[in-house]
Amino acid sequence: MRNVTMVRALNEAIAEEMARDESVFVIGEDVADCGGVFGVTAGMAKRFGRERVRQTPISEAAFTGLAVGAAMAGLRPICEIMYVDFATTCMDQILNQAAKLRYMSGGQVTVPLVMRTQQGGGTCEAAQHSQCLEAIFAHVPGLKVAIPATPYDAKGLLKSAIRDDNPVIFLEHKLLYEEKGDIPREEFLVPLGEAEVKREGGDVTVVAWSLMVGKALDAAQALEDEVSVEVIDPRTLVPLDFEAIATSVRKTGRLVIAQEACLAGGFAGEILRRVCDECFDALSAPPRVVGSASVPMPFSPALEAAVLAGEEEIIAAISAVAA
Amino acid sequence: MDLAPERLREMLRLMATIRRFELRAQELFREGLAVGEFLGALHSYEGEEAIAVGVCAHLRDDDYVFSSHRGHGHAIAKGADVRAMMAELLGKSTGISRGRGGSMHMFAPEIGLMGGNGIVGGGTPLALGPAFAAQYRGTDQVTVCFFGEGAASQGVFHESLNLASLWRLPVIYVCENNLWAATTPICDAWPVPDLAPRAESFGMPGMTVDGNDLLAVHEAAGEAVGRARAGDGPTLIEAKTYRHRPHCMVIPEHRPEDERAQWEALDPIPRFEAWLLEQGAISDVELADLHTEVEAELDAAADFARQSPLPDPAHFAQYMWA
Ligand SMILES: Cc1ncc(C[n+]2csc(CCOP(=O)(O)OP(=O)(O)O)c2C)c(N)n1
Repeated sequence: MRNVTMVRALNEAIAEEMARDESVFVIGEDVADCGGVFGVTAGMAKRFGRERVRQTPISEAAFTGLAVGAAMAGLRPICEIMYVDFATTCMDQILNQAAKLRYMSGGQVTVPLVMRTQQGGGTCEAAQHSQCLEAIFAHVPGLKVAIPATPYDAKGLLKSAIRDDNPVIFLEHKLLYEEKGDIPREEFLVPLGEAEVKREGGDVTVVAWSLMVGKALDAAQALEDEVSVEVIDPRTLVPLDFEAIATSVRKTGRLVIAQEACLAGGFAGEILRRVCDECFDALSAPPRVVGSASVPMPFSPALEAAVLAGEEEIIAAISAVAA
Repeated sequence: MDLAPERLREMLRLMATIRRFELRAQELFREGLAVGEFLGALHSYEGEEAIAVGVCAHLRDDDYVFSSHRGHGHAIAKGADVRAMMAELLGKSTGISRGRGGSMHMFAPEIGLMGGNGIVGGGTPLALGPAFAAQYRGTDQVTVCFFGEGAASQGVFHESLNLASLWRLPVIYVCENNLWAATTPICDAWPVPDLAPRAESFGMPGMTVDGNDLLAVHEAAGEAVGRARAGDGPTLIEAKTYRHRPHCMVIPEHRPEDERAQWEALDPIPRFEAWLLEQGAISDVELADLHTEVEAELDAAADFARQSPLPDPAHFAQYMWA
């Protein structure tokens, strides 16, 4: 085992896949000169050349479209969008094109594209640099959505995403980049569509992803003496390993879903829908959803902290469903 | 013109096939309406045939075409099977996109047909992709993107030209300027009369051609394709043309009568036929035979479409994931 940051884990995943498969290339803003503003592709241009690490003008729609088209022609682009907020400028290429081309072509076209980006609040960057938009991507049929919480998952999922023949939206979190975790020395993959029980427990199920996994684990730890909390990280929202969630809910009968995204229309609502459809009878208390307030993210640290959901809200929700 | 007579006749046959396809498609659409079935949008390519045929004449099966919502002509000129296309219009399981795409989404990647697009301008950035892939792999494949002048008002079109020129990608942008975008005349969309000058501002060649003159289109496209194949980068071609029909089957005619008459006199098919006859590249008898054969082919295609089975409703989710 080695203890590495998530940035390092992601960097290794990309480098390994580029070394393994010549059709893999990186495209995005500042990706060659500084490895992207978060340094995920640092050193790649030197190792693989600027032909395979393509630094672009600030034209998300054009270079994302290029990546989609290149995938249609059999390459395996890793397209980096600096902030998920900027993906709004290339939504046509993602939602209308990448997601639908295979289906509309009757299965004749494949789009083995990875769109990497990062999201989340907590850095006082205000409303256009702090969103969590996973629900938008998960809403559109034809896109897979991966959203890792640990360096291990980040590396394993990214390698699987690059090898997948479908478009995968890969959502990193800006506050997790420098977080460390153990990863094996030897090669490994994490399959898309497999949840992980991050902590076992018998009283309450907490489903959380991305930054909220750590917060849920902290909450579980804080409540250790009162409630036994099970924390499940789906790791990919599409495909969703609902069976893992249902199994836990059938065991505990109590459910909290924690997302950082604002509450209205969030992915937690989709998990609740599935719970209502498939294991409502197992519930012994009304489930709770934790999420941020549905306002544009404010700049002021005092206001941002008030808007963002965190450990405190998760503790309150666990206590409420366990009562 | 150094084209062999059989190549010239082949181009005429393709133009006639497109024309006849559209007429047949409209019949099928009306038949459907008569029994309460609505077959979605249908955008006729009649009047613009010389552009698709003149450009695609330079393409190989491993070259790529990205088409638009008005894409039947591009598909036929690229070599798509008219029977499968006709079946697609009826949503049949034998359709060229298995009934999942319809009129605006005809795909045949094995011959480089990368689909039409329901989003005006949607193909313009996608076309950069296979062009990039050709450069990346060191092949001499080229990519053509067809779009209407309406799409030239999209931001992404300009981003795409910029990137194409910056990276010298082997892509040819072909604007089919038929002077109208749905019901909006070009004077309400462009403050200038021509598109080609915009190419210069991106440092790439721009050309203007008479889109109703097959030979003119063929010549311009030959130059652009040659440049792209040689690794000398992209070209923007603006082909001035006119559609014979209203925007689509369900939108009434908005264009002035005299303008329509003026353009119909410039119909690319009779124009090319007259030239072929004059050159002795075709005889009256051969010409009549050609039209009879094309008609029979499209009759057969329409029958094939009618007789083909609908997809099994249980299979609606098929083809979503690879
Ligand atoms: C992004 C987008 N906006 C609007 C439409 C509706 N629409 C479909 S075709 C069309 C006109 C397009 O004009 P042009 O690009 O000149 O092509 P033409 O129909 O003349 O061939 C419009 C407005 C659309 N499909 N996509």
